[in-house]
Amino acid sequence: MRFSRFILAATLAATGALAAETPIQLKDAPGRTVVENNCAVCHSLDYIRTNAPFLNRQGWTAEVNKMINAYAAPIQKADADAIIDYLAANYGTK
Amino acid sequence: MDRRSFLGALSGTVAAPFLAGPAFGMDRPSLTSGLPQGDYDTAIMEALPGKRPLIRWTTRPPNYEAPISVFKDAITPNDAFFVRYHLAGIPPRIDLPQWKLTVGGESFTSQLQLSFDDLQRGYEQVEVTAVCQCSGNRRGLSMPHVPGVQWSVGAMGNATWRGPRLKDVLNKAGLKPGVVEIVFEGADGPVLTGTPDFVKSLPLSKAMDENTIIALQMNGQPLPHFNGFPARLIVPGWTATYWMKHLTSVRAVTKPYGGFWMKAAYRIPTGMFPQLTSFATQENAMTTPITEMVVNSLIASPAEGNRVRRGEMVNVTGIAWDAGYGITSVAVSTDGGMSWQDATLGKDMGRFSFRPWTYNFRADTTGSRMILSRASNRRGETQVDKLIFNPAGYHNNVVRPTTIIVA
Repeated sequence: MRFSRFILAATLAATGALAAETPIQLKDAPGRTVVENNCAVCHSLDYIRTNAPFLNRQGWTAEVNKMINAYAAPIQKADADAIIDYLAANYGTK
Repeated sequence: MDRRSFLGALSGTVAAPFLAGPAFGMDRPSLTSGLPQGDYDTAIMEALPGKRPLIRWTTRPPNYEAPISVFKDAITPNDAFFVRYHLAGIPPRIDLPQWKLTVGGESFTSQLQLSFDDLQRGYEQVEVTAVCQCSGNRRGLSMPHVPGVQWSVGAMGNATWRGPRLKDVLNKAGLKPGVVEIVFEGADGPVLTGTPDFVKSLPLSKAMDENTIIALQMNGQPLPHFNGFPARLIVPGWTATYWMKHLTSVRAVTKPYGGFWMKAAYRIPTGMFPQLTSFATQENAMTTPITEMVVNSLIASPAEGNRVRRGEMVNVTGIAWDAGYGITSVAVSTDGGMSWQDATLGKDMGRFSFRPWTYNFRADTTGSRMILSRASNRRGETQVDKLIFNPAGYHNNVVRPTTIIVA
């Protein structure tokens, strides 16, 4: 776990550099920072933009859970809820 | 490669070593209809190092596809070949003198550490021209849409690959009895230690197939970095998920490999595509690994929305491919599917290759004109009219329209 956090920190630092090169603007709405801080650890945010808008809240919940359970994304429960809220509201369907 | 040292070496650069930035400003690609709106909002033409501008879907990991115009040629140029990675821990470059392929595991009688030179000089070099197509090519056209990279039609390419047969390398190491699968790893990996590394297996029979090779060259050149330099597994007929890039490890196992990318990913409902050769050691009652490509075709020209004058001859060209059974015909309709005629098949470059085809017709009435193509293969399989929906959006070989305007 300590090791994971080290990688997390290093990757976040590098993500900053990436953002300067190819900014991927997500919609400015509550929860955006939580999304950027968690999702961008492993992948660029264009995954969110291209996968829209066709997932409903249930679909986005499944995606976030897949990141946690299958890909071992270290996302806290409160953050996961905020991410799902943001994605469902801004990149989802009813 | 040792995960810790690999990630340690990459940690400062893993996220952003590749981007050359948009090569020609923010060029927007021309995209077919039916993709998610997010694709149209996001896609730009952008060149990775060593590549021409391609349609960019995602930056990290990099996922780029070829625009349709690339497929006017049946051989896909190296710099136009699509790029697909699952995980962003990609070495910025691979130093050839340092690179080694390990052939090992307890089910070999000996362990090999092969350099690039060993693979090139120590084994017979063979060539195969074969289509490399992402399992999820056309996923973005799935209805309903399903999550994943929202590929249009260009996550594929056809190249002449050259290198040693995998079976010759396996035989050199000496397979012990009881081996059921061969397991492959590449130099790329996950960002987080807990994320399952991209590891794939093949049934022994496919690994020992004489057409399964370790490519050291692609169209007479070294492989582009983003297509697996310096060595990549070539599995003709099967989707690209098995074509391990930056190959570093080959292991023989006596039990089915249980990793995430075999047990949970790249699977289709069992029995949904009954024409496929099954991967018996990985199949269960619910799902089975995707294996062979389904028969398919693409109209490369004219482009969607092209305008032609009434009375003009229109030259329709395209490609067709399948899992290596052989394309027998391509039917073309120029009236939206009411009537069909056979296209003329072009040069046969081997049963695993794109097969070019061409069809000419006179644009004799004004208005919009829908052109369709439908390929069939030697097993009597043909493209479908209605999508065979599956949750990962695989095997989309629905007959597709290209509409032009006659004025």
